[in-house]
Amino acid sequence: MASELKVPTMAEFFASGTVPEVLFWVGCAGSFDDRAKKITKAFVKILNKANVSFAVLGTEESCTGDPAKRAGNEFLFQMQAVTNIEVLNAYEIKKIVTACPHCFNTIKNEYPGLGGNYEVVHHTQFLKDLLNDGRISMEGGNFKGKRITFHDPCYLGRANGVYEAPRDLIRKLDAELIEMKSCKQRGLCCGAGGAQMFKEPEKGDKDVNIERTEQALETKPEIIAAGCPFCNTMMTDGVKNKEKEDSVQVMDIAEMIATAEDL
Amino acid sequence: MQYLPNIIFVVLLIVGIGFFVKNVSRLKRNIFLGKEASLTYNKPQRWKNMAKIALGQSKMVVRPIAGALHIIVYVGFVIINIEVLEIILDGIFGTHRMFAVLGPIYDFLIGSFEVLALLVIIAVVVFWIRRNVIKLKRFFKPEMEGWPKKDGNLILYIELVLMFLFLTMNGADYQLQQMGAEHYAAAGSFPISSFIAPLFEGMSISTLVLIERTAWWLHIAGILFFLNYLYYSKHLHILLAFPNTYYGKLTPKGQFRNLQSVTDEVKMMMDPDADPYAEPAEDAAVPDKFGASDVQDLSWVQLLNAYTCTECGRCTSECPANQTGKKLSPRKIMMDTRDRLEEVGKNIDANKGEFKDDGKQLLNDYITPEELWACTSCNACVEACPISIDPLSIIMDMRQYLVMEESAAPSDLNNMMGNIENNGAPWPFNQMDRLNWSKES
Repeated sequence: MASELKVPTMAEFFASGTVPEVLFWVGCAGSFDDRAKKITKAFVKILNKANVSFAVLGTEESCTGDPAKRAGNEFLFQMQAVTNIEVLNAYEIKKIVTACPHCFNTIKNEYPGLGGNYEVVHHTQFLKDLLNDGRISMEGGNFKGKRITFHDPCYLGRANGVYEAPRDLIRKLDAELIEMKSCKQRGLCCGAGGAQMFKEPEKGDKDVNIERTEQALETKPEIIAAGCPFCNTMMTDGVKNKEKEDSVQVMDIAEMIATAEDL
Repeated sequence: MQYLPNIIFVVLLIVGIGFFVKNVSRLKRNIFLGKEASLTYNKPQRWKNMAKIALGQSKMVVRPIAGALHIIVYVGFVIINIEVLEIILDGIFGTHRMFAVLGPIYDFLIGSFEVLALLVIIAVVVFWIRRNVIKLKRFFKPEMEGWPKKDGNLILYIELVLMFLFLTMNGADYQLQQMGAEHYAAAGSFPISSFIAPLFEGMSISTLVLIERTAWWLHIAGILFFLNYLYYSKHLHILLAFPNTYYGKLTPKGQFRNLQSVTDEVKMMMDPDADPYAEPAEDAAVPDKFGASDVQDLSWVQLLNAYTCTECGRCTSECPANQTGKKLSPRKIMMDTRDRLEEVGKNIDANKGEFKDDGKQLLNDYITPEELWACTSCNACVEACPISIDPLSIIMDMRQYLVMEESAAPSDLNNMMGNIENNGAPWPFNQMDRLNWSKES
């Protein structure tokens, strides 16, 4: 129901002389990848439901430069960063929320040195704050008692020490959270980081996402929860490779909450 | 002639320590071949990290068995070194068990040294079994073949020999004390070596003195040998873990350094008043090389990291690329960096303080692009290192060289970067379509 989504842009806010509470940085995956777009929409539905005053940059948003930087192209990264910072600063952005841990990490940690200082939160942190402030309520619904394992995105967990916000949300859904043998600080990468998403893997015995999916499947989950569009793709591919797509779903936490709330 | 042993001892001590000091200065020279890195901010946090991670071994216990064994050996060596102080003073002044005046405190000290020595022996034996009988996977990666494997075992043998010499010395001493031998006044308690003493029963005082003295001399000579072995082995971590944890990264693990040289260029490009055709100033410095292709391009902290690595392989065993059979091993990145740095250092020594181009570099001759491109930048290696080594930063610096100096990225990545450059996304989608999702059902 596209018409139900309210997605105001910064330009619209600016034209009306008002400022939103938070900027939603959608990211390239969230804007263009068919699977990730569903996460974006689910998150927007929650924002709409909670009456959060937010805006997106829309066509003024551009890649943060993360994949370029991790691939070694510092020059391209900084060109992207400086351009984005000019836009963000022109709109006097104070707070940014994003559903992509790569965008989250880059804007939070690498933009300040180039003149971009914002409060940056991952969408799971933002959702948890909404919950704590009573702006959304969550009941398990169809997730009640389900076996769910959470795959830590490297750039959210190890890179920035955020482990509990996504887990707290899963617990709030009355689901049974089961940890994989490597989790949190020792969580295994999905195989997409460091620009691997955009290239063929080097020669080896197996692909990283298969190894990680095997770890996830060991917990006998009904749902593999993710907090990153790239992890989501890698784990979905892994589940398909193992021919488990009928019994195991890969879902972003925002999608789980939107589904539970029947949004 | 009665001072001959004292003189021999002092000479041994001076030679042993002198040689060590020489190696330390070589080590320092090599480390500072690296680039400047200002890491003096936030000293309280740095001291805290050093106290917690190096002194407190906090990250060792992430793996409980290896962690507990390591703590035994660590505590054992640190505390038994109090005894070494006594040995050195005895050696210089020709006294015997000089600290015996401490009375009951001395008894307690010697007693606890002995218990620790036994525990160290047990721990070292278990370490040996893990390496040679159980054959733990992380000790059998390709980079561990040859010298690194031998080195690991040799260190265990030296530690074992030192502990046995210590206990033999005490056991003979205890027996001599029982026999009321001259110069061997009753001092110390010997909870462990008193079990060795029965082996000495029936021996004459002169034989026992010979055994005691031999063990004493070999023990101190062994310690001086071990001290000098450090530089040639992976074992430097017992010293360098302290500065290395002090200078460890304080920022979030996901925060990679922004290159200032690039920032300067980007700022100039964005400056509408800049003259793009301006000649560089006469006195302008040669622009920095982007990224790293050899050890001199790395920072001194990265080089300190390389010397600090003790090849435990926790990084490699946590690495997703390595776990799935790719060539990348973070431990090998550190070992290669150290080996190349040693090669460069020897080159400088051989050429009167000047580095002569040897046609080699860290990239390709040691670390291949295949290894570098297998990294997912997931920080598992950084998290796994018990002493704050950062292999990922070296991988990233070398990728920068490959991409910005050599334009040698894999073609898929070139496509991705081309897309970002042209339409602001890693895929070929138009920036004007960025909000289309909001209108799709």
